Amino acid sequence: MIGDMLHEAWSAMGANRTRTFLTMLGMVIGVGAVILMLAIGQGAQKRVEDSIASMGSNLFIILSGSVTTGGVRLGGGATPTLNAADAQAISELSSVSAAAPMVPGSAQLVYGPNNWGTQVTGTTPSFLTVRDWGLSAGFPFADSDVRSATQVVLLGQTVVQNLFGDEDPIGKTIRINNSPYTILGVLAKKGQSLDGRDQDDTAVVPVTTAQRKLFGTRFGGSVRFIMAQADSDDAMPRVEIAINELLRQRHRIREGAEDDFTVRNMTAMADTAAETAQVMSLMLGAIASISLLVGGIGIMNIMLVSVTERTREIGIRMAIGARGNDILLQFLLEAIIISVIGCFVGVLVGVGGALAVELLAGMTVLITPISIITAFAVAAAVGIFFGWYPARKAAGMRPIDALRYQ
Amino acid sequence: MNTPVIHIEHLFKEYVTEAGAVPVLKDVSLTVNQGEFLAIMGASGSGKSTLMNIVGCLDVATSGQYLLNGRDVSTLTGDELAHLRNQVIGFVFQGFNLLPRVTLEENIALPLIYRGVPRAERLARANALLDRVGLGAHNRSRPNQISGGQQQRIAIARALVNEPKLLLADEPTGNLDTKTSYEIMDIFSELNQRDGITIVLVTHEPDVARYAQRLIRLSDGRIVYDGAVAHAGPEHLEPASS
Repeated sequence: MIGDMLHEAWSAMGANRTRTFLTMLGMVIGVGAVILMLAIGQGAQKRVEDSIASMGSNLFIILSGSVTTGGVRLGGGATPTLNAADAQAISELSSVSAAAPMVPGSAQLVYGPNNWGTQVTGTTPSFLTVRDWGLSAGFPFADSDVRSATQVVLLGQTVVQNLFGDEDPIGKTIRINNSPYTILGVLAKKGQSLDGRDQDDTAVVPVTTAQRKLFGTRFGGSVRFIMAQADSDDAMPRVEIAINELLRQRHRIREGAEDDFTVRNMTAMADTAAETAQVMSLMLGAIASISLLVGGIGIMNIMLVSVTERTREIGIRMAIGARGNDILLQFLLEAIIISVIGCFVGVLVGVGGALAVELLAGMTVLITPISIITAFAVAAAVGIFFGWYPARKAAGMRPIDALRYQ
Repeated sequence: MNTPVIHIEHLFKEYVTEAGAVPVLKDVSLTVNQGEFLAIMGASGSGKSTLMNIVGCLDVATSGQYLLNGRDVSTLTGDELAHLRNQVIGFVFQGFNLLPRVTLEENIALPLIYRGVPRAERLARANALLDRVGLGAHNRSRPNQISGGQQQRIAIARALVNEPKLLLADEPTGNLDTKTSYEIMDIFSELNQRDGITIVLVTHEPDVARYAQRLIRLSDGRIVYDGAVAHAGPEHLEPASS
């Protein structure tokens, strides 16, 4: 029975190919737009999430803060008020899993005929814990290296590529600002950061080495900032307060005086970024859904025309024994077939478009089964929803009126 | 067997228009028994088509009683009426009313779809009927590829496909030339005499009416003659005018 109905619907659609095609096109564009927009939105979302994951979880960054000297207020980071001992003290707080002092700077790295300028960061072995950063080869430097300021270095993937190409860098010696450094290990690949920087374009040395030998600052022992990691998401607010109290105490800041440091909750910032990406993804989907809705209205419009045109046919069918439900089903099936085929083609168009965008514009796109399944479900629902009214109208005709219709 | 196929008592039908209610059938009572061949004549607007539509369960009366095969149709639901139209009644129209997009065999088989008959059996039965109306070679043709008389044969075949008790024909020869009309009427006669199908026929033409045994003359919504065709006076057999 349903097979016969499908056959009927199919032949009715075939009778007016151009119209069927144009109606279908509405669905194709609607579904294609939804798939494409979701792919772009979710791709952007995924990039943000990946960057956040690469940053490390439950992260605080403690910057040396503004100070007021003789009425002149200097901005954050202007005065080096933090030191490695602060980092050590923070790492001993409860609920803090690790804390690393950070002394970043630029340096030129030379190996044989190759040279490469990059960011060199002085820190402690805790850095790898805080950033959830593993090594792809070799070993990290140890606390003993920090204590004795040895000239060892860990290289990021980009640096390795530029200095060594395919050569194995472990154990080799490179020159950083004309001093020899031994390569202990190579950092695992991280990819882009939230702000689009290449995180693999970096080198890591012991903090003391950076302070004393590499960047030798006026303020011996100071660090630019400290990264600290709480051991759980729940502990974040507690840890933030604890770090504040600890540093005020250590820096002997009087009650009521301004902090000389700033604690930033990176996770909160990351969450905001993730939320923004998600909202964008949703918005793209919502805008595309409007075209799906328009496609649905197109189906309803055509079905209404079709019902009117075929009033006489409906009358004949009723006269020879079609029940209201038979007529309803016939027109509903037509609407559903149009929308489902339209959806199928639309998915192909959407996926093709997404791949083209990825290829041509170099954007990250992400096509999830969920978005395809959703598109199909929505298309079927659109077919039923917008097909229902015309089908109901056809089924509700009185046989004699339908038969007499000219 | 004694139950009349059609039993109508005090049937009224009004159409509601903007100008008010227009009575079309006024107190019509009629009984048709199994195996009868009845012709209904009357001037345009006399209500004969309306009566036909009510008998065929396409339209409903304003008041009065209509028993089809002993069942009061006013108590039936839309689906039950559809079932009657499908199984008990066969309809032949003046304008043939075939589906243009569909082949002749599929047109004939159409009522069987709504009965849930499998496709192979549907087509077998349709082709048997095609042979019977002498168009067996045209099973894959479409309605616009054959003549009017041939189309009417197809329409008759379609009406017969569910082996109905009652065949209703609303001016079946109205669009056909005289010779073709007689061919069609021969088919009706044979169906009545050989298969015992009850036939009710609306017509303008006295020659066509003479194929029936019984004549009903309608005038202004009332039955003015009900008797044997053979005994009807010329005023009862005269065509459309007056």
